[in-house]
This record gives sequence, structure tokens and C-alpha cells, in this order.
Amino acid sequence: MTKKENTRKAFGQALLELARQRDDIVAVSADTYKSMRIDLMRAEFPERCFEVGIAEQNLMMVAAGLASTGKTVFATSYSIFTSTRSLEQLRTFIAYPKLNVKVIAGLGGFTAGIEGVTHLSMVDLGLIRCIPNVVLVNPADVTATAKAVKAVAEIDGPAYIRIGRDDSPIIFDESYEFSLGKANLLEDNGVEATIIVSGFMVHQALEAVRMLKEQGIGVRLLEIHTLKPLDEKAIIDAAQKTGAILTVEEHNCIGGLAGAVAEVLVGNCPVPMGKVAVDDIFTESGRPDELRIKYGLTSENIVEKTKQIIEKKTN
Amino acid sequence: MGKENKIMELQRTAARLRLEMVKMLKESDTPGAHYGGSLSVMEILTALYFHTLKIDPANPTWSERDRCILSKGHACAALCTILAERGYFPRELLKTFNHLDSPFGVHPDMHKIPGCDVSAGSLGHGLPIGVGMAMGAKLQKRDFRIYVVLSDGEMAEGSCWEAIMAGSHYGLSNLCGLIDRNGLSLDGPTSQTMTLEPLSQKIRSFGWNVIECNGHDIRQLVDGLEQATCEDGRPTMIVADTIKGKGISFLENDHTWHYGKFDDDQYVQVCHELEKKLQEIGA
Repeated sequence: MTKKENTRKAFGQALLELARQRDDIVAVSADTYKSMRIDLMRAEFPERCFEVGIAEQNLMMVAAGLASTGKTVFATSYSIFTSTRSLEQLRTFIAYPKLNVKVIAGLGGFTAGIEGVTHLSMVDLGLIRCIPNVVLVNPADVTATAKAVKAVAEIDGPAYIRIGRDDSPIIFDESYEFSLGKANLLEDNGVEATIIVSGFMVHQALEAVRMLKEQGIGVRLLEIHTLKPLDEKAIIDAAQKTGAILTVEEHNCIGGLAGAVAEVLVGNCPVPMGKVAVDDIFTESGRPDELRIKYGLTSENIVEKTKQIIEKKTN
Repeated sequence: MGKENKIMELQRTAARLRLEMVKMLKESDTPGAHYGGSLSVMEILTALYFHTLKIDPANPTWSERDRCILSKGHACAALCTILAERGYFPRELLKTFNHLDSPFGVHPDMHKIPGCDVSAGSLGHGLPIGVGMAMGAKLQKRDFRIYVVLSDGEMAEGSCWEAIMAGSHYGLSNLCGLIDRNGLSLDGPTSQTMTLEPLSQKIRSFGWNVIECNGHDIRQLVDGLEQATCEDGRPTMIVADTIKGKGISFLENDHTWHYGKFDDDQYVQVCHELEKKLQEIGA
């Protein structure tokens, strides 16, 4: 039975640890301080936690204002709101002036689940990726989340971290190496193809690699947790060494990891590339695991698509 | 039926639909529901759908229907219960509430629920859309009215105030908002999260007619809705004082029941309390 833990709680705990060490750390929430686990920091440092109510544009602007006075600001809400509703405020008043605001966006991808179309955030990575000056991180589990939070606190400038909602599989232990902008080679079973994965789908991708190995197909698994800055060298190296790429993400097929990888490959090392992602549709309300199955985000589909891209390479 | 009898009947309907909604949610085995805000809004929706709205359940897209937008879309369980009772679809379909492929879920989907005019759920958007609908009706000299049901928490959204300004600017007397003022949001009392008071005074200062009432008193709601239709030149906002979790003792005024699920013992207690309330008002 896979052990699970909550990425929102992992963020809250990491934030508290940072707040204990540094006076410049402050947090802002939009009726989300409990939901996004800022309650942990608020219990010890209430004077450094600010609530703006259900007002996401104000969330970003207040965060910008606080950052301009020298604070390192963690601003939290749900990813659909931080990436769409208050995107202009993030772009013009945080990214353009390069203010020290770290947006922590919960309920990313299918994790909003039963909340439905109004809350499912399937285009956040694509949108944020297009904003200059914003470091964009898509951690796979609680371990990666905690490390990502601490890593973005060390950089000077804007960052955006997409996390989930409910307890999710623990994939990595403390030995997991996390360095902003550096991809991780998680598995190396051969050179038939490279699966490049980001975020929650690392869990399914690891399973797919194991299934492929059992079928005598040796592939590599490259994890991209930082979509911006992108580890272009690792992507090019994967293409050169294996000649076939499959991207895997919990995101619209347009604009996210697939787009990012394709942009690198086409100018440097064009190879056959496939993708496991959600079709360009709005999807619907459902439990997250049900939605992943319905929309093809499964280990079985990763295996199938990997075989297809290997065949394309061979032909 | 005389007006007083009609009012009493509506009061009983709201109480009965509270119980039906809770039973529906249990039967569907939903992983959770927005109980607090769905219970607080029941009289408001009852007054609208059974007294005020010019609608035809057999013809949900009738072009001259009154529009009703549940801006606080997370009360979708209440809306679905009301729509089923009103005849938009068979009640049995609600067994699938929150199931994959069901038309019914946490937030209303205008493409899937007959009688739903807006896919609300992202707070702060119902009133701006309502303003646009009211402007369209006025421009074309059409008679339908527009009603928007808001939560008080969502009044923190700036988009609400943009709409309030526009509603007054365009003299939208065909627009009526109703705020389910239960005083609580996800993180706690609105007075601590983001102070709204003096709410009525603020809206009035933007040029709206404002009516304050007890949001669980059908007579007061109906009087306010009727008064709104007499306005000429300005929209109306009914600020309805309500209790989050109304009808269930361990939910009332408890913000932690914004969203949750009853265990078996709690469910028994909940049904007992709601049935008792029904008996008290002679249902």
C-alpha cells in the first residue's frame, strides 16, 4: 500500500521552518490560510500572516506591496485563481518588477477533482511559463514540495509552485536531490526512449518504467520539476542518447511540459516525440483518480505511448 | 390560496427541502458537501423559485424567463434540490450527485443542469454576469428580470463592486441581488477575514436600493422581492441575515462545516433535528 501525505501540509511545515529562521518571511492568503496550511505559521507568527478574504487580485497586489518593502512573501490560493484570475497582477506587478513573491498554488491539475470545471487547473503551467522572470516549479510529492519551497525562498525574485490537494503518494525520501532548474534522471534501464515527466505523474511514470522493463523494453525516466528555467541540456542529452521522447504531465496537451520540451528539441535535436497529457477540452467534475483514468493519465497509457514512439523511431 | 397560507407553505417547503437535500447527499455517497452554505440559502432559493421567478421548468431555455444566478455556486446541492422539486428533472437523478459523468456536482454546470443559467463557483462572478444580462434585457426592452444570489464572503471580491458600480450607473432596476449573509467563510467569520460592515450602507452609497431582512423568513424575503420590482431607475440588493448550517444544531454558525461529511451517527442526529423542525412548523 503506497504511503501518502499532503503537499499542502508539506508546504505549511516548510514555511513555518523558514519563518522560524528568517524575520523577512511573511504569508498572504485569500480565505485560504487554513486550507493552504498557513495556520501552522500563523500559530507562531500571527503578525506576519495576512488575510485578504476571497480576493485573489488583492492577494497578488498586497503581496507585491509587501515585497517592495523588503519582505519575502508567500502568497497562497488555488492554482486556477492564481494562474488565471490574477494573472495580470502577477505579470505586471510581481514579475515585471521582479519582486520577491513566491506564489504557492494548491489544487493543481486534477487534484481539484469534484470541484469541477470552475476549479480544475489544467492550463496553469502553460500560462505561468509564458511570464518572464517567474521560476516555475511542479514538485511530484511532499518531499519535493518541501525542498522546492525552501529553494525558492533562497532566490531573489518571483516563483510559482504548483501543489495538490489531498494526500498523494510519497515518491521520494530525504536523499532526493532538488536543485532549481536541474532535471533528475530517476531511472536508467536502457536507451530505447526517454520518458520526461513533471509533477504528480511521476508516480504513474515510475510504474510504467517498471512495466516496460518487465516487457524487455529499457527506457530512461527524466524528471523535470522546474519548468522554468528549463534544463535544456538534459532534454537534448536525452534526445541524443535515446532518440525518442515521451512527455508525461497532468496538464492540457498545449503549453505545458510537452510544449516546453518540443521547443527545445525542434531547434537542437529533433526526434520523434509523443505526449501523455489531457486533450484540449475542459474535462469535468470527478474524483482525481477517476479523472486521471478517464483522461488517459495512467501507467498503462504511458507504456502504450512509449511503445508507439519507439516504433516511430525505428521506422 | 391566500397570501398568508402561501407564505406558510413556502416556509414548510424550505424546511422540507433541507431534509431532502441532506438525504440526497447521503444517498449519493458524496465524499463531502458544502453543508453550511447550502443550508443557509434554502429560504432564499425557495422564495425565488416558488414565488418570484417567472420560469417554465418544461422549457428551461425559454428566452423570456427570469434569470437566476447562484453566484455562490458551492451551494449547488441546495440548487439541485430546489430545481428537482420545481420540476426541472426527476429527483431520482440526484442519486448520482458528485459521481463521475453526473450532471450534478459541487458547482453548477450550465451545460449539464436544466435550469442553470451560469456555471458559477468561482466567486465574485455572478453579479457582473447579472449586470450584463440586465443591460441586455433593458437594451432590448424585454421584461425578464435578473436575480443573483451571493455569499457574503464573496463580497470581498473586487469584481462584485465593479458590478455594483455598473448596476447603478446603468440604472438596472430589473436586477436584484440577494446576499446570503451568514457571516462566515472558509477561514472563519467574515469580520475577521475581511470586514464587510457596514455592508448595506456601502451598497446603498453606490446607488442601490438596499433591503435588510431575516433570510430565513419567507414573508420578509417575499416582501423584499416584491418591493424590488417597484424600483424605477436603480437595482436592489436584499441583504438577508442567515445562519450558516441552519437547521442543524452542531452546524449552526460553525465555519468548519463550510464543507464536510456526516458520519453515520451524525446523519441520524441531523435527520432527527430536521424532521423535528418540520413538525414544529406543521409540515
